[in-house]
Amino acid sequence: MGNIHVDRKLCDNHGQCAIAAPDVFRMNDDGILEFDEGFADTLLDEVEEAIDVCPVQAIFLKD
Amino acid sequence: MSSRIVVAGASMGGLRAAEQLRAAGWEGEIVVVGEEAHPPYNRPPLSKALLAAPGTPEEALAAVQFRPRASATGIEWRLGTGIVAADLAARTVTLGSGESISYDGLVIATGLRPARIVAPGPLGGRHVVRSLEDTLALHKELVPGARVLVVGSGFIGCEVAATASELGCSTVLVEGASGPMERSLGKELADGVRGFLNARGVETHSGARVTEFLTKENGNDAGTCGGVVLSDGTRLAADVVVEAVGSHPNTEWLQGNGLDLSDGVLCDEHLRVVNAGPVVAVGDVARFPDLRTGAGARRVEHWAIPTDTAKIAAPALLAYLAGEDPPAASAPLPSFWTDLFKIRIQGVGSPALADSVEVFEGDASAPEAGVAVGYFRAGRLIGAVTAGLPAGIQLRYRTAVLNQEPPGALAVAPGVASRT
Ligand SMILES: Cc1cc2nc3c(=O)[nH]c(=O)nc-3n(C[C@H](O)[C@H](O)[C@H](O)COP(=O)(O)OP(=O)(O)OC[C@H]3O[C@@H](n4cnc5c(N)ncnc54)[C@H](O)[C@@H]3O)c2cc1C
Ligand code: SF4
Repeated sequence: MGNIHVDRKLCDNHGQCAIAAPDVFRMNDDGILEFDEGFADTLLDEVEEAIDVCPVQAIFLKD
Repeated sequence: MSSRIVVAGASMGGLRAAEQLRAAGWEGEIVVVGEEAHPPYNRPPLSKALLAAPGTPEEALAAVQFRPRASATGIEWRLGTGIVAADLAARTVTLGSGESISYDGLVIATGLRPARIVAPGPLGGRHVVRSLEDTLALHKELVPGARVLVVGSGFIGCEVAATASELGCSTVLVEGASGPMERSLGKELADGVRGFLNARGVETHSGARVTEFLTKENGNDAGTCGGVVLSDGTRLAADVVVEAVGSHPNTEWLQGNGLDLSDGVLCDEHLRVVNAGPVVAVGDVARFPDLRTGAGARRVEHWAIPTDTAKIAAPALLAYLAGEDPPAASAPLPSFWTDLFKIRIQGVGSPALADSVEVFEGDASAPEAGVAVGYFRAGRLIGAVTAGLPAGIQLRYRTAVLNQEPPGALAVAPGVASRT
């Protein structure tokens, strides 16, 4: 399992993470980010892509 | 002898290329050479939040510096030194110091620099916005009450004008040949954005270009710009002049190698530079075929492109070095955003190539209230832009662009999806 932290002060609800890693990140009907804190190791590539595409670098991997 | 890949340019494209080379399994040397003294940093805030409140130079850099992937280890960063020449036949690059570095593979990531206005008048006191230093220097002059004149109404010009106005400056935007962000948004939405800027205190001036820079009055400093004369005869005085009239690819260092450098570096769909051997290009400088619309090779100056192109270019370069065919090429879907007075405008696809436009929801003349516009070419949806709508709605239109929906398929029942 990997773990994600999103800095909500930085997150601007761009939604790019939800495109790159839809298994982990979603935008709710109000346009606010929702995500799973824990993710299966097989999703690591997807999560790294989400980190790459976040315009404000709000997503962190926790170890 | 260990093998080496040289990455030219240490901004977002250079960083993403180095990361993707490691991700694709490259274990040899990676040397990234960058003209700027700073490690790679994020440019979009330079005309938005960071221009409004940069803090100290150290705080400003810390706010925008990229966090490289943890897997991107063993990379040698040669910062503050530019490449002045390349010999693609001998597989070497030459630094400003005269030092020559040989490579097995080369990544071109030297990006763009601002274009400058060619007109008579003083050179001093004219700003551009591309680097951290540019933003720090301009911020100092954006004091309340200052008369700020922004020339050029692309994304950066509009953002700088909005930021200056928010800081209490008296701001005039000289649009140039087309309306605010018109090339990317189309005429309907550009007109709406103009109205929106006007309503928030940015004065706009349409249909004229700068023909002369005026010298600052009451200054004994004859070299400082104090305003402009426009092609329609208007004279506009200003305390601060910002030029935001487009950009030039940084490709001079590649001259003499027989490459097509007519607009950036010409690549194939794998981002391999045409006729260059083990060389790929990424980011703003790369001109590559548009597989999605079939409209030919073009450069894309959006933030997502360095990452998207690096993901294609890195495995293609490694395949070349291994004597193999590159993996099948994917066609990145361009995407962009801009923030004006807290309103977000987001786009996907290639709206600039549209032959017809359809407003899906909202009213293009009132972008702040929420509007979505579709852009069609030959009867297929090739782009969509939303303004003042939540990201989830933008995602829905993105899917429609991926599916290349025909016109009419997406019309939203009145009142269903209009929201702010
Ligand atoms: C003010 C501003 C705001 C923006 N806002 C947005 C936005 O809101 N949304 C969006 O989608 N996009 C935006 N962008 C665009 C986005 O930032 C760019 O697409 C991105 O920076 C491109 O990265 P790059 O690495 O390809 O090029 P660049 O960032 O231009 O980097 C090229 C690097 O190469 C270096 N270099 C050049 N020549 C040499 C040489 N000969 N030797 C060594 N090094 C060299 C340069 O110094 C530079 O550091 C904005 C850009 C700017 C400038
Ligand atoms: S991409 Fe970044 S800013 Fe956008 S919703 Fe995801 S975490 Fe937030």
